[in-house]
Amino acid sequence: MNTGSGDRTGVAGGACSGTPWRDPKQQPFIEVRSLTKRFGDFTAVNNIDLHIYRGELFTILGGSGCGKSTLLRMLAGFEEPSEGRILIDGLDITDMPPYERPVNMMFQSYAVFPHMTVEQNIAYGLKKEKLPRDTVRQRVKEMLELVQLPELARRKPQQLSGGQQQRVALARALIKRPKVLLLDEPLAALDKKLREQTQFELMNLQDQLGITFVVVTHDQEEAMTLATRIAVMRAGSFVQIGTPSEVYEFPRNLYVADFFGSINIFDATVISWENQDITVELDGTGTRIQTRHPKTLASGSRCQVGIRPEKVLISKKPPEGAGQTVTRGVVQDLAYYGNRSIYRVRSEAGRVIQVSAQNYQRSAELLLEWDDEVFLSWDSSCSVVMTE
Amino acid sequence: MKRPSTFLYTVLSFGFAFLYVPIFVVMVYSFNDSRLATVWGGFSTRWYTALLKNQQILDAALLSLEIAVVSATLATLLGTLAGLALNRMGRYRGRTVFTGMIAAPLVMPEVITGLSLLLLFVSLKELIGWPDSRGANTITIAHITFSMAYVAVIVQSRLAAMDQSLEEAAMDLGGRPFAVARDITLPLIAPAMIAGWLLAFTLSLDDLVIASFTSGAGASTLPMVIFSKVKLGITPEVNALATIIIAIVTVGVLIAGWIVLRQRQHGSNRPEAGAPGD
Repeated sequence: MNTGSGDRTGVAGGACSGTPWRDPKQQPFIEVRSLTKRFGDFTAVNNIDLHIYRGELFTILGGSGCGKSTLLRMLAGFEEPSEGRILIDGLDITDMPPYERPVNMMFQSYAVFPHMTVEQNIAYGLKKEKLPRDTVRQRVKEMLELVQLPELARRKPQQLSGGQQQRVALARALIKRPKVLLLDEPLAALDKKLREQTQFELMNLQDQLGITFVVVTHDQEEAMTLATRIAVMRAGSFVQIGTPSEVYEFPRNLYVADFFGSINIFDATVISWENQDITVELDGTGTRIQTRHPKTLASGSRCQVGIRPEKVLISKKPPEGAGQTVTRGVVQDLAYYGNRSIYRVRSEAGRVIQVSAQNYQRSAELLLEWDDEVFLSWDSSCSVVMTE
Repeated sequence: MKRPSTFLYTVLSFGFAFLYVPIFVVMVYSFNDSRLATVWGGFSTRWYTALLKNQQILDAALLSLEIAVVSATLATLLGTLAGLALNRMGRYRGRTVFTGMIAAPLVMPEVITGLSLLLLFVSLKELIGWPDSRGANTITIAHITFSMAYVAVIVQSRLAAMDQSLEEAAMDLGGRPFAVARDITLPLIAPAMIAGWLLAFTLSLDDLVIASFTSGAGASTLPMVIFSKVKLGITPEVNALATIIIAIVTVGVLIAGWIVLRQRQHGSNRPEAGAPGD
């Protein structure tokens, strides 16, 4: 699955250097062993194994009801696992109550104490540790500066905006200097502008403090931009774990492919597989595509071929060059976004293929119009073969 | 905005007149100098002075206050625990039944509550020899049983409106269960408890029916004394007493209302939570 994928860790999570998950000698920082949680007949989390490394910004992504929040609550200690163990930094915390775990959480609702000032909220965790008053005051001051709220120290939460409340919640969790910070949908309640800003702030903070972050979200964009690695979760199990570019460019199955952006899917039959080189034949047109696939597939077995809209080139003239998959079609629909345009092209075989094209030429008229005859082409190696 | 019609003003005036004129009349006549309760004989505060010298009424007032304070306090304690239990025990079989049952005393006719409590005390005496006589104790117990329901309902609705992750957050930050209850839960439900206490206090002070059923010889609460006096004819003294009670009750209701209002405003200021998780 890793072949040729770009590595985004250098951009996203500076605290986590390199790619520890590819090094078998690395000790995982958080180790989840065959973890299961059942509520009556319902299995929320089903026999999960997970390794998260020190300094990672690990994102668990999934739709509602996939078990991601239950998993997070088990890490925090609010739910007791039915089976399995959780280890952090070598310490088995499975049976530890939440107030003894070296883990802190930022809640989706922020859960800022309404009857305490910003200062009191942030100091709460340290007061429970029975630290001397001067130390508490000093660390609260530092923390207020870190989250850029020093002038609001004496305000009550009702007087703060959503974004400010979030900073209080974050400061309150970070001041405990946890080994792991859990974040439940950290950006869900913020408006779009603030989201982008907060996203970068979270990444910077994580970089500065070197704390391992585990984020739960249902928003694929949030996951893509924040994470060093993403675990895609569905019905209590992980479907795929990988870097953002891995899950985007090399989705293991249709579910993952569809979760991250849009993708054109063709039904196909395997012609041959040898040493990761695969040839498949698309149904209907008989077009043959050569690409790579890590797992052995028998000749004649059924599969799906996916191609991302932005990988498809659209042109009026037939494309040149080898190793391309080419098809002809008619523009059925188009949407102009300024920086790019989305075309829906009906191919000769009668299927609709979505194309996303950069508008790299400047023109007041549309370069392509409805009902134009066009050629679609893409580098065959960009095709993803999926079997589920 | 359109100006409300004269008709609406008239209806409103009649409505309020219907509610408050009788009370106003009592208050005016309490300052009546005449011995005849219905004939105006000039302004005087002499009935208030007479009232302060009437030992029977003073004793009854003291007893009523005692019962009200004790029963309101115990009802707040028990009602809060009941509210917590109903809110926190999760979804279990028969939860709706229990929630309904705690609210039932609110709508139960007082005569029936009083009668059933009387029967309970009588049969208890036969069974275990307690209570050996009915009086302040039995009235207090009776008042606790029905005012507890009011407290439970108020506290429960406060808890239902409270974000439960507040307590989890406190625990996450190192608060042990007892510290969380003291630092977070208690301060947040305190307004509901105070409102509940004031309501229970007022209900106990007002009650005539249940007290009459559960009281024995020698223990007469203020409403019981007033009622027996009125049977012999309305005296200006009773008017003065009524005015004082109206004043106390009004203050109590205003404070309770203010607390509930403030608590609601706090609630509406909470940030909108985003898309719910799973």
